[in-house]
Amino acid sequence: MIGYDAVPGLVETREAFGETTLEVDPTRLLEACAHLREEGFNILSDVTPTDYLGWGERGVAGYIGTPAGRDLNAPGSQGYARRPHPKPKRFSISYHLLKLDRDPRRVRVQVWLDDGEPVESVVSIWPTADWHEREAWDMMGIPIEGHPNLARILMEDDWEGHPLRKDYPIGGEPVRFSGEE
Amino acid sequence: MATVERRPRLYEGTRIPSPIPTVLQAPEELRRGGDLLTVNFGPNHPSTHGVLRLVVDLEGERIAGIGAVVGYLHTGFEKTMEQKTWWKAITYPERIDYVSFQYNELVFVLAIEQLLGLEVPRKATWMRMALSELNRIHSHLVYIGTSALEIGAISMFWYCFRERDLVLDLFEMVTGVRMHTRYFQAGGLAEDIPMGFYADARRFCVRMPKAIDEYEAILDDNRIWRERTVGIGLLSREDAIALGQSGPILRASGVDWDLRRDQPYLAYDQVEFEVPVLHGGDVYDRYRVRMDEMRQSTGIVAQCIERLEEMQGEPWIADDRKVVLPPREELHTSMESLIHHFKIVTEGYLVPEGEIYVTVESPRGELGCYVVSDGGPKPWRVKFRAPSFVALEATATCMRDAAIADLVAIVGSLDGVMGEVDR
Repeated sequence: MIGYDAVPGLVETREAFGETTLEVDPTRLLEACAHLREEGFNILSDVTPTDYLGWGERGVAGYIGTPAGRDLNAPGSQGYARRPHPKPKRFSISYHLLKLDRDPRRVRVQVWLDDGEPVESVVSIWPTADWHEREAWDMMGIPIEGHPNLARILMEDDWEGHPLRKDYPIGGEPVRFSGEE
Repeated sequence: MATVERRPRLYEGTRIPSPIPTVLQAPEELRRGGDLLTVNFGPNHPSTHGVLRLVVDLEGERIAGIGAVVGYLHTGFEKTMEQKTWWKAITYPERIDYVSFQYNELVFVLAIEQLLGLEVPRKATWMRMALSELNRIHSHLVYIGTSALEIGAISMFWYCFRERDLVLDLFEMVTGVRMHTRYFQAGGLAEDIPMGFYADARRFCVRMPKAIDEYEAILDDNRIWRERTVGIGLLSREDAIALGQSGPILRASGVDWDLRRDQPYLAYDQVEFEVPVLHGGDVYDRYRVRMDEMRQSTGIVAQCIERLEEMQGEPWIADDRKVVLPPREELHTSMESLIHHFKIVTEGYLVPEGEIYVTVESPRGELGCYVVSDGGPKPWRVKFRAPSFVALEATATCMRDAAIADLVAIVGSLDGVMGEVDR
């Protein structure tokens, strides 16, 4: 078992569902990643940002309807059995690392961010982070500091908003190329 | 047989462009000299495997600069899945990678099961393996057929699609649909395995190795094929790892890594198979790795069928009425079953709070699924690690100094499925 105590900026180590999560101070992310790269984590599998806006605010089970009446698309009793644990900040961004050798191992490095709080780019450590970080910016609006080419990747260059944020509206987007233009 | 003798050695060190790892920038003096021709390759060219756009700077026939532009097929699967109950969301992943649909379904179902802590009956596990290996054969056949077609070997396309249809016939027999089967449920399989499947699958396992012999007879020593693929699209071992590559691309660059063997899931630790590894790092070796993998997959399917035949009459789905739909016939006689059915279909089941990252070895490489649950009936966040997305990051490195005519061969060998790249 590798000890992760030496990881710079380590806030907390969590074990759940057979996975290890290292929560790291966002200002020391680059140091922590460089350290883990030295430890042999040579592949960055994925970079996954998550928006926790409204986390834990779903109705509890048994509650029928909403103040606005019943919505058939959201049956009223959809809810928790118990409320989830609160999250420290609005966004998390996780880096799934893989140690690819005879003794394979996976670890998740996680940092917590407020809206607009930047995070350092890890492209210099794993070149594959290039598109993953562009996607994190495009879909979640997490500013990546020091990225060589931080442009949108899946949406158009002039798109407004970041579609995977929880406050991004579903439906009702303006129709492009309509007959009125 | 004619062979190509000169085979350039795979380069050592790194050729990843700097500062942007995925964009090869043409030298400034070329640009100023006016000798560059910028060509938009795609997004709607028939041989770009969907809607991929490559912006290529040409110096004569040589590629001096290249950048890939993706996103034309973005459909917002991940956002849509957040709006659906867990049960309904299983339908979506299959549409993400429409060539290896069952892997996407499998990885999402595995994530749900691990969060729920659900025990899956062994019959379901072995059937999942059998079907996903059939899917691997299907996916590789589509790759070989189309990429040979693009290089001019039209007959390959017909031969590959002949066997591909047999795989789809098997899927149809089991699930009722040829693609996007939605056969895997959280807890097991949607239905029992139909009568006659084992016999047909066995027949397929006998036929497939002979078909692969035929493909090899057409391509392996074919002079044109070798001229077009050997030593083209080079990617060294270090670069493949730095660019996060996985699957056949990684194995063709000499990295001995396969999730099925090195981090086994399902029951892969109980079947025998070999992991083909080659060291050329070129288009030809990527083709060879996939060819060998099809043989291995056929062997795994045969082993699965053998085991499955011993499990006649065993349950195919877990007996957990809070998660699994009750048997159809019970709805007419049991009030509890009717209530469970209604609750699962309308509200869905609750999945415990947590986050998880599950990976499987898809035909294109490491397919990952990151799922966050808040303990409610819908996924809070779903994110797929698409192997094609990562594979296309290697275009700039593979195409350094390539000729424009080789561009199609190289893109084909990376085997990107644009639905998965853009999600």
